[in-house]
Amino acid sequence: MRLRLLATSLISALTLAGCSEGVLSPQGPIASAERQVLFNSLGIMLAIVIPTILATLGVAFWFRSSNRRARYRPDFEYSGRLELLVWSIPAMTVLLVGGVAWVGAHDLDPGKPIASTIDPVRVQVVSLDWKWLFIYPDQGIASVNRLTIPAGTPVSFELTSSGVMNSFFVPQLGSQIYTMAGMMTRLHLQADHPGTYRGLSAQYSGEGFADMRFAVDAVPEAAFSQWVNATRDAGPMLDAQAYDDLAKPSEAIAPFTYRGVASDLFNQIVSLAAEPNDPARLADLATQRTDK
Amino acid sequence: MNLLGKLDWSAIPFDQPIIMGAGAFMVLAIVGILSWVTLKGYVPYLWREWITSVDHKRIGVMYFLLALVMLLRGFSDAIMMRAQQAVAAGGAQGYLPPEHFDQVFSAHGTIMIFFVAMPFVIGLMNFVLPLQLGVRDVAFPTLNSVSFWLTASGVLLINISLVVGEFAKTGWIAYPPLSELQFSPGVGVDYYLWSLQISGVGTLLTGINFVTTILKLRAPGMGYMRMPVFCWTSLAANLLIVAAFPVLTATLGMLLLDRYLGFHFFTVDGQGNAMMYVNLFWVWGHPEVYILILPPFGIFSEVVSTFSGKPLFGYRSMVAATMAICVLSFLVWLHHFFTMGASADVNGFFGIMTMIIAVPTGVKVFNWLFTMYGGRVRFEVPILWSIGFMVTFVIGGMTGVLMAVPPADFQLHNSLFLVAHFHNVIIGGVVFGVMAGYNYWFPKAFGFKLDERWGRASFWCWLIGFYVAFMPLYVLGLMGMTRRMQHYDNPAWQPWLVVAAIGTVIILGGIVSQIVQLVVSIRHRDRLRVTGDPWNGRTLEWSTASPPPAWNFAVLPQVAERDNYWVTKQRANAEQVPPLQYEPIETPKNSPVGFVNAFFAVAIGFALIWHIWWMAGLGLFGTFLTILIFAFRDEDETEVPEAQLAQFDRAHQSEVAI
Repeated sequence: MRLRLLATSLISALTLAGCSEGVLSPQGPIASAERQVLFNSLGIMLAIVIPTILATLGVAFWFRSSNRRARYRPDFEYSGRLELLVWSIPAMTVLLVGGVAWVGAHDLDPGKPIASTIDPVRVQVVSLDWKWLFIYPDQGIASVNRLTIPAGTPVSFELTSSGVMNSFFVPQLGSQIYTMAGMMTRLHLQADHPGTYRGLSAQYSGEGFADMRFAVDAVPEAAFSQWVNATRDAGPMLDAQAYDDLAKPSEAIAPFTYRGVASDLFNQIVSLAAEPNDPARLADLATQRTDK
Repeated sequence: MNLLGKLDWSAIPFDQPIIMGAGAFMVLAIVGILSWVTLKGYVPYLWREWITSVDHKRIGVMYFLLALVMLLRGFSDAIMMRAQQAVAAGGAQGYLPPEHFDQVFSAHGTIMIFFVAMPFVIGLMNFVLPLQLGVRDVAFPTLNSVSFWLTASGVLLINISLVVGEFAKTGWIAYPPLSELQFSPGVGVDYYLWSLQISGVGTLLTGINFVTTILKLRAPGMGYMRMPVFCWTSLAANLLIVAAFPVLTATLGMLLLDRYLGFHFFTVDGQGNAMMYVNLFWVWGHPEVYILILPPFGIFSEVVSTFSGKPLFGYRSMVAATMAICVLSFLVWLHHFFTMGASADVNGFFGIMTMIIAVPTGVKVFNWLFTMYGGRVRFEVPILWSIGFMVTFVIGGMTGVLMAVPPADFQLHNSLFLVAHFHNVIIGGVVFGVMAGYNYWFPKAFGFKLDERWGRASFWCWLIGFYVAFMPLYVLGLMGMTRRMQHYDNPAWQPWLVVAAIGTVIILGGIVSQIVQLVVSIRHRDRLRVTGDPWNGRTLEWSTASPPPAWNFAVLPQVAERDNYWVTKQRANAEQVPPLQYEPIETPKNSPVGFVNAFFAVAIGFALIWHIWWMAGLGLFGTFLTILIFAFRDEDETEVPEAQLAQFDRAHQSEVAI
């Protein structure tokens, strides 16, 4: 009874979850492949989990003490054959799912470039308190809290953090990855179709965490070039000073763009964080955080 | 220099009605209970029989009571979170600002793991282990009392943080750099660190104590392969405590050095490496999961076997599976952060290792199934929890293995799917197990059964409430909702969060039923009175009186079989048992050292949190003095004379005969 209810609610839940911008409605090759992995593993395991649940309820019910038709076998405590079965069923299941895991871990390694005839767009991501900075090193522009990418083109991300750890995540495009100060992680994603997808931080990072959202605008190739040109024409310049200002804690910043970026800024952010900071600046940051 | 360190009136949030209300309630409750106890003249009794007691049964009961009280605290946090997320959709901010919401979820996690689940499990082990092993106490009775009171010190500190100062706003894992001084300059993280350090010492001492007890103190004839499975799973859990808790202490110690003395273990600057903290934390953290779940596995084994009227199926398999889990649990920690950017080989390896743990766990489930097969299953409250567990836990296990597949985890990591998964195994496994054990051993501890009807009500509320509260979270995780969000902009999430909040209310019904069950049972204790063996039990704890005397067994049982008491009972029908020869017993004397030590531990912790250095120094000196005085005690045991033993024992024998 409860099981049927569970199954129905599970199916309806999955359908509902599917049509509402989650990981079950993928919009790119990585997310699609990951959904497939999810379904494969789930299928393999349900094949054993559902019978086990049914058997548990069935056995408990049939061997209830009031059932005189059930045979009482008070000494049934060992059976070599059953033991073999009992160890092999989970072992076989794990063998299958383990295969999925090993192959999946390699095929969908976040650092592995997406095979494509089109050259990837490079984006450098910095998580700040509490907003996202996206630097386009090849275009020489940058954007805050909005990531514009060409649809159908692989995007190659390099990611770091200005301080606290975050996790860069666009559920409909696929894998998330941590951003960590003084370190650089890599990620490759692609949006197949134009559209706007939700992005967020999936690693709690303090007070403004809930507002660390960003929109991913996947636009047609031509529109992307237009956007790059338009961005180059307007907005402030992102140099060391502007970055310091941006790095100050703030919440729910409306998206805006920078017309230019100081060369090598991203690498400086990655390595700066690894060097001893000026104590005065640290104290200053601490006060700002307390004041918030 | 300020005499009170960083402490001043601004530490008390007078402007926050919720906190002040909760604080006032807490203070009133404590003052109320204390004055009631004093007025009724119970203080000498409490001091003599409980506070200074080194009896493992009393200490076990106190652990359990502590966990129950903290369950209420941790659950209030849960209700607040569910209520907040049920309303804070779209532009709404809910009723909890981030400042509070972040403390609430951090406190919820910390309290539920360290001060609810741990004391529940340790309390049951404390009460049951020596009885099942057929011995008179644990290896180090006074140390046991010290352990308990250190845990209580941690509890007190974390509750003080509610009113004086603040709690951590970092989540219960307190990842740096967020938990470093640079990003968390307040005292919240210090409360977190010191309460865990102090209670962690207590837990480690417990681990050493229990491992020694199981390895060195068993009834004559009880070889390892004759031990009840609960003793095996407890052995595994305590070996894990001994191996894993020092890692936690060292890791938190390094964070303390960063925060107090300007070290750079995990800081952003000075070549610190926060990844190291994450690794070390989970090197402790994953074994911790098994520290919590292994003893309940033992409880289910005992309960399923007893209420099926059959020996446990595949005892050797069970033991092998338990020890396999014990070893493997140290080889899987990286699955908590597949998304850190490790290579595919590393992720693949840890994914597969994680799944391998599912094999012995699966074996256990099948063995419980075959234990019921061919049995006569009596559907009393403990087995209801056990069957509820078997059904619920396999679902949680499945979603766990799902997330051990790295590409699946890349999408589900830190999502509400993960939150649903670990509540699925911790509520469905640990809490259900503890409740099974509570209903099962309560008559042994107090001599009367718990009320059946309220027990059933509590079970069904918990079970249904669990599904209503957490199945929506699985869905939300698939919808891309991450954990720890104070508010969110996606309106599609809200209906699911409302359902989850309703589930929490159903669970509340379960908790209330439990409290009512306890009250009703105490009031009707004469009607519910039982003998030493109310369930037709199989293991040694059922062979002594309920409640057992301070010395547990007048004559240590001779063990010749597995399920020794069951075999004895079968045989007793056929042959006459020879009369017992009583000899005087030495029982350990009560000692206030645990309580006094805890007083100083709280003083040290509080002083260090607020940088009141003189007080920390005094506290340390007090601790040293306490232990010194204890070390110079002249006599530490009292003798129970033969006559008293014989008299008590004959009364018990005749009671059983009736």
